[in-house]
Amino acid sequence: MSTSHVLLGLLAAGPRHGYELKRAHDERLPRARPLAFGQVYATLARLHRDGLVAPAGQERDGGPDRTAYALTDDGRAALDHWLGTVEPPMPYVTSTLFAKVVVALLVADAGQARDCLIAQRRAHTQRLRELTALKTAPGARLDEVIAADFAIAHLDADLRWLHTTLDRVADWHREVRS
Amino acid sequence: MTFLQARGVVRAYGHTPALRGVTLDVAEGEILAVTGPSGCGKSTLLHCLAGILRPDAGQVTWRGERIDTWSEAARSRLRRTEFGVLFQFGQLVAELTAAENVALPLLLAGTGRRAARTAALAWLDRLGVADVADARPGEMSGGQQQRCAMSRALVTEPRVIFADEPTGALDTLAGEQVLTQLVRLAREQRTTVVLVTHEPRIAAYADREVSLRDGMVDHTGLGLDPALPGGSR
Repeated sequence: MSTSHVLLGLLAAGPRHGYELKRAHDERLPRARPLAFGQVYATLARLHRDGLVAPAGQERDGGPDRTAYALTDDGRAALDHWLGTVEPPMPYVTSTLFAKVVVALLVADAGQARDCLIAQRRAHTQRLRELTALKTAPGARLDEVIAADFAIAHLDADLRWLHTTLDRVADWHREVRS
Repeated sequence: MTFLQARGVVRAYGHTPALRGVTLDVAEGEILAVTGPSGCGKSTLLHCLAGILRPDAGQVTWRGERIDTWSEAARSRLRRTEFGVLFQFGQLVAELTAAENVALPLLLAGTGRRAARTAALAWLDRLGVADVADARPGEMSGGQQQRCAMSRALVTEPRVIFADEPTGALDTLAGEQVLTQLVRLAREQRTTVVLVTHEPRIAAYADREVSLRDGMVDHTGLGLDPALPGGSR
């Protein structure tokens, strides 16, 4: 994921300092891979160097100085360009799950490969239930619901693939071993 | 005493076997998903558990009593009072308004017309479709029809809701709203739900999942999956 563009997007609403950006990130992208403070400051420094953000005042709240940053015109243009660029739809089939299943079929017998698929299906199903409970809980926030929807749709796709692959295992195994 | 139970249930359509000895326990208050590929027998199992179909062999017991040996009239009474059913297509009576459809099970059970209408309107309101109370099914969206069907299934305050692919005819968001409401209401009222679906995403609303394959419980895969630790109840 492009952390720089996400930060540029979060600055579109107005200047913010690093701490606020980190909080806004966690709020808007719940369940994303955790973003470290260090990464926020390093990214801001790079964006500043490239002229995409500019310091917009300092705040001293009894603690260390905190520099707020604002989006520059170049920054806005970079953000618009990113938003206007279509993401390539799955250019490569890259997934550890996919690779593991293929390797399991190569090195294990059909029974073991099947056990591996079943164990994975269980784990996926469990996660699917957790996310469903989370998004259907009374008072769930829209941000949370949208993040859960995204994860659920992908888990659902994986699960369908796991089901189909389980049905194919015997044939496929014969083919790759012959 | 067990709540709802199938023991070695066998059912065929002509020479085609649909269920080949299914044994299953449904606990009071649980939301159970019955899953499996098309043709695995899941809808037939639901129909047998709900007393709509009689098994060719095996037993179905409800609170310790065998219901598979009951007469059609007795099973039909059970479905009017203790059970509620919800199908893929709401199966509302086309000539009746939403409120009349929802009031129907109460009227059949002998409730007065005015009390039945009041209860029907309260349920339609609870499911957010009070505004279509006087509309006929043909004038409602799929989601509204299914909420109306859900109101009809819930109006008698049944102990068990049998839902057969209840979101199958709805788009993703409408389906989700219907399911979320069904699950929320079931938990509030401690109503048991038997939910038949072929979609993992839908089964994930349940506390537990049983998969069928070729008319039997699939013990090799997810069959008889235990409830989540620290689950909803």
